[in-house]
Amino acid sequence: MTSRERRQLFAGIGFTSLWIVGLSAFTAYPVLASLYYSFCDYSILKEPVWCGLENYSQLFTDDLFWLSLRNTLFYAGLSVPLGTIVSLSLALLLNSDVRGKPFFRVIFYLPSIVPVVASSMLWLWILNGQVGLLNWIIAPVLNAFGATPPAWLVDPTWAKPALIIMSLWGTGNAMIIYLAGLQNVPKELYEAAEIDGASGLQRFRHVTLPMLAPVVYFNVIMALIGSLQVFTQAFIMSAAAGGGTGTGTDGFPARSTLFYTMHLFATAFYDLRMGYASAMAYVLFILIAVLTWSATKLSRERMSHVQ
Amino acid sequence: MKARTPFTRPVIYALLGLASLAFLTPFLWLISSSLKPLEQAMALPPTLLPHAYYAAIDGSRSEVTIDFTLQRGGIVADATAGEQAGSRVFLTPAQALARAKELQGAHRVSTGWVHVTEKRDAAEAGNGNPRWDIVPPQAIDSTIRFRWKNYPEALASLGGSAESSDGSGSVSFWVFLGNTLIVCLLGVVGTVFSNAIIAYGFARLKWRGRDAFFALTLATLMVPFPVLMVPLYGVFRELHWIGTLLPLWVPAFFGSAFNIFLMRQFFLSIPEELSEAARIDGSSEWRIFWRIVLPLSKPVLAVAALFHFLYAWNDFMGPFLYLTRKETFTLSIALQNYQSQNGGVQWHYLMAASTVTILPVVVLFFFAQKTFIQGIATTGTKG
Repeated sequence: MTSRERRQLFAGIGFTSLWIVGLSAFTAYPVLASLYYSFCDYSILKEPVWCGLENYSQLFTDDLFWLSLRNTLFYAGLSVPLGTIVSLSLALLLNSDVRGKPFFRVIFYLPSIVPVVASSMLWLWILNGQVGLLNWIIAPVLNAFGATPPAWLVDPTWAKPALIIMSLWGTGNAMIIYLAGLQNVPKELYEAAEIDGASGLQRFRHVTLPMLAPVVYFNVIMALIGSLQVFTQAFIMSAAAGGGTGTGTDGFPARSTLFYTMHLFATAFYDLRMGYASAMAYVLFILIAVLTWSATKLSRERMSHVQ
Repeated sequence: MKARTPFTRPVIYALLGLASLAFLTPFLWLISSSLKPLEQAMALPPTLLPHAYYAAIDGSRSEVTIDFTLQRGGIVADATAGEQAGSRVFLTPAQALARAKELQGAHRVSTGWVHVTEKRDAAEAGNGNPRWDIVPPQAIDSTIRFRWKNYPEALASLGGSAESSDGSGSVSFWVFLGNTLIVCLLGVVGTVFSNAIIAYGFARLKWRGRDAFFALTLATLMVPFPVLMVPLYGVFRELHWIGTLLPLWVPAFFGSAFNIFLMRQFFLSIPEELSEAARIDGSSEWRIFWRIVLPLSKPVLAVAALFHFLYAWNDFMGPFLYLTRKETFTLSIALQNYQSQNGGVQWHYLMAASTVTILPVVVLFFFAQKTFIQGIATTGTKG
């Protein structure tokens, strides 16, 4: 190494030294430590004791683990596609030639920056079974069909859908990204399609969607990763709907909102089974990695077909 | 310009109108509930605006609460003897006839009339039960009156009263706000400076191992927080930081993968010639960073600052993990704590306190709207 190279190396390390410390202490060490813990019997009070694959093999027979996984996949499986439809539709509406765009954009975006604790409180109130606004609005419609509105957060069947409805209110962030993506679609493509006699629907199907595919891919992946880790709103609303009977991590009502991260959190910090919780964390890590990888593969294939 | 959606314009306006209504209604409901007295917040059908109601009780006009509408008629009278002596009773005509001797001031009321109770301040609540009566709806008049008092009362009760059930003392709202601002502002300072310095090292300097290190940095973006949670708690415990605000802002001074990526992208777009010219003049790298690159990077610094502020203000999991004493609580955890201690009955206070935690974020958005929108758009489409 020449002295010039050495000087450059020192400068590089100098500028990134804060990150070398930060990466080691707050990411690299925790990633490796929790991998190690996942093979150990460990509570924070005692030193970890190696137990091999026991945590992982226990997971397979743990009903709560499977239940929390099913709940989470149900939540992600509905909130991600519905959120994509809502945010993409809003972006398409706003991308057309209408007045008052800034006004609409603000209204659709604002809910996504509301602190999650505050929006949980608000939705607890809106989704209240007796005096909530939502049931007051939908009751006349449902009554016409002989049905009554559900009690949402205290009904095991409707607690997850309630959380999904709430998540749709916060899709403004994705909408802004879609809007930016739509504005990047070259105008010439639309003009060419029009000359070829494409209808509005055909232009959308054959110009807009293919050009937007990478943005859709990005948003779906981000939403998927986020929804697989759903915690705060579910925790707050479950604890509140339980009326102080539970801890919030028991997934009230009837474990219907026991989500993966909640179960993991309770295992680690209430039961102090941190080795087992670390194994759960790694299973989630692998699940996210596999889903991201397959989505990437799928979208590459689809996108190469289009182009 | 032609519309690019497969709809005609009136349809688009109709859909936009409906969607805005759906997105706006929760906000209206939040603010409306936060300015109502509790019984009006819980009344069905709901009213948009809070009212003050007045009616004559025993001939004197007073402010009243509206309790319910009568389903059948009857007699209202004051009992002068018997078990209910001294209290007002509602009877069927037959009952009233049978007890005629012990009744006074009996008057007939009909279906559709409204049960009203005299409204008293907390100070007067001691002098016996409030009086009530049943009056025809047209005898009630009302004015719109916002109950602004909900806000100071909600903020005061957020910290709990001195005689709260868990024995902990009361903490002022200002302590929660102060804690939140410490976490947010120190975090913003840390985020802006640490990531700018680090990103400069990745974007503007050539050194052996740089690209591998940057690839590793990007790879850490994949790691979900639950993987880090347990050991991170251990790290902060070893440092004796549990129960303090330190775990919530100190890490911001050591960079974050996403912000490094964001700033590096921006630094790469600044012409290299500027740096070369300064190097020939004998400037140190630090000086080039500080005097040339940083002043040109204000837009990206603003984006990082804004999003970190938002993240820290909204964060629940971090404070929930690391804060143990009320005096160290941030607003979000204080709000959740208040809700769980009071069983969610004080909806008007809960909505007022929620409005207070939302308001700074909304104000910030209106002042920095452009930075917000551009920030999301660039991080989203280039990410």
